[in-house]
Amino acid sequence: MSKISTITIGATKAEGGTRSYNIKIGGEEALPGLFKEGALPNKPRIAFEVWDTLPLDWPAGLSAEYGKALNDPLLWAEKCAKKFKADSICLRLQGTHPDYANKSLEEAAGLIKEMLKKISLPLIIVGSGDDEKDASLLPACAETTKGERCLIGSATQENYKTIALSTLANGHSLIAESPIDVNIAKQLNILISDTGMPLDKIAINPTIGALGYGLEYAYSIMERARLAALSGDKTLASPFVCFVGQEAWRAKEAKVEDSNQGIMWEVLTATALIQAGADLLIMRHPKAIEKVSKYIDNLYNGE
Amino acid sequence: MFVVGELINGMYPYIGKAIKEKDKATIQKYALEQIKAGADALDVNCGPVSKEPISDIVWLIESIQEVTDKTLCIDSSKPQVIASGLKVAKNPVIINSTTADPEKLDILVPLAKEYKAKLIGLTISAKGIPQNKDQRLELAAVILAHCLDAEFPIENLYLDPIAMPINVAQAQELDILESIREFRIISDPSPKTIIGLSNVSQGLSARSLINRTFLVMAQGFGLDAAILDPLDSELMDAAITSDLILNKNIYCDKYLEAYKKR
Repeated sequence: MSKISTITIGATKAEGGTRSYNIKIGGEEALPGLFKEGALPNKPRIAFEVWDTLPLDWPAGLSAEYGKALNDPLLWAEKCAKKFKADSICLRLQGTHPDYANKSLEEAAGLIKEMLKKISLPLIIVGSGDDEKDASLLPACAETTKGERCLIGSATQENYKTIALSTLANGHSLIAESPIDVNIAKQLNILISDTGMPLDKIAINPTIGALGYGLEYAYSIMERARLAALSGDKTLASPFVCFVGQEAWRAKEAKVEDSNQGIMWEVLTATALIQAGADLLIMRHPKAIEKVSKYIDNLYNGE
Repeated sequence: MFVVGELINGMYPYIGKAIKEKDKATIQKYALEQIKAGADALDVNCGPVSKEPISDIVWLIESIQEVTDKTLCIDSSKPQVIASGLKVAKNPVIINSTTADPEKLDILVPLAKEYKAKLIGLTISAKGIPQNKDQRLELAAVILAHCLDAEFPIENLYLDPIAMPINVAQAQELDILESIREFRIISDPSPKTIIGLSNVSQGLSARSLINRTFLVMAQGFGLDAAILDPLDSELMDAAITSDLILNKNIYCDKYLEAYKKR
């Protein structure tokens, strides 16, 4: 039986890190929800997205949930952990983007060090999204978090080499990003594994579209990859990481005055992608996260 | 495409010699080389020179099992040799092969069931090699009916239409290809299909080219498996590409490498 590889995020003290627990994603032997066809050992998990800088384009209904904490990544992460009972944190280093605040590698590393001290949740770290910056930024992040078994990304076809080597050397797993294209997803996994990174340490970010913005296309790509993986294609047998919050809150329908509509936009995008095989969802609105968590619990507990 | 590597066969002088001298290292080298080249299973045949095939097959299987857990295709026309091999096989097994003759089916189908082995059925009988598609289908039906009666799982049955050398039976090649398609539709669930590819080019020049051209055409007709030389890299690349065109694997620029990592 072919199955999706399992990625563990977070290392506890006993495992050489400082996280209070770890989470596991992937490991499926069947399509989503088909519990009778094979083991689905790990529920989809949700990580709260936290930025290293004040987000400028978040709608008011979303920003209001975090208030002043948006100005301080440590407070923000702490709020996710304490008030919203976050399962894990996804730190997005948007502020390092050359077109944003162009923060230095040292600033990013400094923040990560503080975050590791303040927050004991499993950590996912994503770069600026600028291929060139991330090629040096992500190795710095990987070194700073050595032994914490983070999930680090995203590596693309343009910059995977340095990122793959440093994530591997420092004991992390890697997110490989492809532009809603199953052929490139497969190619990138092979390229990364050629650097020595084992295939079972790679998660695929297939790039998704929100409801009304290419959701069905992303769904079909994920479904096709998952079907191939379950039929024995090891080069596609990676868990999926979906940046749901990022896409849902870009939709004009999410940016209306009634923030409830944005929440539902994020919820529906997330639940559809869970049915396509999403293993880790990076989300933004606490209420949306609460609803999707309940949905996952119901699905897995058969309620 | 399920690839059975054909090289561990006593009819090849280097294997015949290794069997005679009990040279385990040579056998294991050929096992690993074929797997590295993409073989999913290994054919194991003592060949005509073996004086003691019942014990030689045991030695061969045990030697190979020391280095791999891949499927073994126990190859002999003598059922007692196959039975001997089955006793020591720990890896998954394919029995190669039965004919459509009742005296063989009566022994080999129960053995395949007992050992949970897959079974290759050659569409050939004591009367000889079939001369056309209808005769092939008739023999396929005999094997299939026997397996159904014995409650042998049909999805574990591989039917072989018998590939013939082009200079011997040029007029039959299209019949052979069409038989592959028709074998698949004679029952539901359908049996699988397999060919011993190298037969097609037996005694000819340009063997590699003929083999791979035939294989690609046979894949187009729905062939599931082939016994072939996996060290012929052009042949393997053609088989992989053919699967790609048939949408059995997802394309990527490094699809040949991807196939080997699968």
